Amino acid sequence: MKRWMSQGWKALASGWLLALTALICLTTTAQAQNLTIEITRGSDQATPIAVVPFEFSGQGGLPQDVAQIVSDDLEHSGQFSPLSRSSLVSLPSSSQDVFYDDWKRVDARYLVVGKIEPQGDQYRIQYELMDVLGGKRMLGETLTSSGGNLRASAHYISDQIFEAITGIRGAFSTRITYVSASGAGENARYALYVADADGYNAQQILSSDDPILSPAWSPDGQKIAYVSFESGNSAIYVQNASTGERVRLTSFPGINGAPAWSPDGRKLAMSLSKDGQPEIYVMNLATRQVTRLTNNSAIETEPDWTPDGRSLIFTSDRSGAPQLYRMSANGGQAERVTFTGNYNSDGRFSPDGKTLFMVTRDDSGYHVAKQDMDTNRVTVLTDSQWDESPSVAPNGTMIIFATQQGAQGVLGAVSSDGRASFRLPSTQGDVREPAWSPFLN
Amino acid sequence: MQIKTYAKTLAVALSLAVVAGCSSSGGTQEGDMDGTSGSMSGQGMTTGQGTSGSQMGAGEQMPSVDTIYFAFDSEEIRPEFESVLRGHAQYMMANPNTNVTLQGYADERGTREYNLGLGERRAQAVERYLTVQGVSPSQIQIVSYGEERPAVQGHTEEAYAKNRRVVFSY
Repeated sequence: MKRWMSQGWKALASGWLLALTALICLTTTAQAQNLTIEITRGSDQATPIAVVPFEFSGQGGLPQDVAQIVSDDLEHSGQFSPLSRSSLVSLPSSSQDVFYDDWKRVDARYLVVGKIEPQGDQYRIQYELMDVLGGKRMLGETLTSSGGNLRASAHYISDQIFEAITGIRGAFSTRITYVSASGAGENARYALYVADADGYNAQQILSSDDPILSPAWSPDGQKIAYVSFESGNSAIYVQNASTGERVRLTSFPGINGAPAWSPDGRKLAMSLSKDGQPEIYVMNLATRQVTRLTNNSAIETEPDWTPDGRSLIFTSDRSGAPQLYRMSANGGQAERVTFTGNYNSDGRFSPDGKTLFMVTRDDSGYHVAKQDMDTNRVTVLTDSQWDESPSVAPNGTMIIFATQQGAQGVLGAVSSDGRASFRLPSTQGDVREPAWSPFLN
Repeated sequence: MQIKTYAKTLAVALSLAVVAGCSSSGGTQEGDMDGTSGSMSGQGMTTGQGTSGSQMGAGEQMPSVDTIYFAFDSEEIRPEFESVLRGHAQYMMANPNTNVTLQGYADERGTREYNLGLGERRAQAVERYLTVQGVSPSQIQIVSYGEERPAVQGHTEEAYAKNRRVVFSY
């Protein structure tokens, strides 16, 4: 009896221990995965906007502070500076309760108010946007959201407000993918994550003992192409971001790198060294046929498509140092496009094709820069020492990139005018290789 | 300062490489003569083709040094590592069934995909050196990791110098 008891206790204890361990793992991953945006430099030209906490008429509290998420989104665009909640002069929940003069006095250029009420197991959200200077309502809408969807609803509201004021489509409902790396040597672990554009709802979609790099979204936002070394050499894979289903597209001898989707999603540009040194190839995704577009002894890599799909930009060190070149998507003569500085690489076009973002090196390190494609004027956008992997938001207003904070790899973001910059520090390991999704709705 | 030193090192490396390539009939340098004679088949290095016992030993045992290092933005073999490479060449020629994967690496500076190219260039430079010595290309595979899997973490010149490397993985 005593023996049985003690065994039973042991079993019970170890069961508890297991359960406890599982709990700890779950909570640490859940807490650790999200990235949180920190503002490193605000824009001096940001527009002041007041976002009043939305009135909630239900029992208890809401799972999410919708107005705070909207306020954060607008602030993280670099184009708005939301008033602090303590400086709000009153807390109206509808345009009928707004006295415009009150808001003029605190220099709010725009005002957002709203209310949320339970509707069955859903929530009914009503919000309005007001032009304080013009003294008029600009926008109003009512939507329904589940509790689990409140963050997404908040991002939707941010999108509508952003577009109503700036005329530019909001990109707050988009997602990012990035690579995390932890440990060193034999203990190194790599993982590919997908998260909301604000760093929340991070989900690991792949993990590996071997390096992962260069994730790239398909234009429909469904799939991610990336490079993985899991087979012992670099190989290009395409994975469905939601189902996890994936295929290995290339595993040629040598480098299989830098996948880039054509704007119509039918082709994948890449860099392959199967013929001796890295050259630019384009794969027809229907036939899996690859066509070689460049032919010389230099390193040619990091292709990206112009938005019209007719040309490719790529990095080549044919001049002796990496510079960006442009050529027809059918191949042929390549024309050098960067001449400022002796290191320009990883070119990415703005959605309108008028601006080329890239990594440039100067005396103080590697930075994200932009080049105006008409005037060739180059503007350096970031000022830390190790900035790379720029990826442009689908509305062209922000660039996410990889940088360093102390000894840690973190993501950074900068507005395309360079005025506002942000960090998205991670609580676990290094984070890098970000890619911004296309519009998803 | 450092660039000048590297430039000198490069010049020496280049000239040494040229000398090594041209002088294979001279029979005075260690090791590499044997590879070009074409008579090296496996372990049978018992009939004093070499000029000293220590050379024969080098062909029989896997060299203990498996990593060589490179200057910034360079794939030139530094002269101080030529003896390491010759040791590996002898070992591979003495063991023709042995295959090696040359892992090429770069330091963390610059973009990851471009650095894959730099790592590959370094591994290819080592491959060329080995094949000039007489190693069969079929014994050699190349994998470039670029700046992935650094040997040493950190943003110091010392760390970078340890990460710009080619590793022999048998």
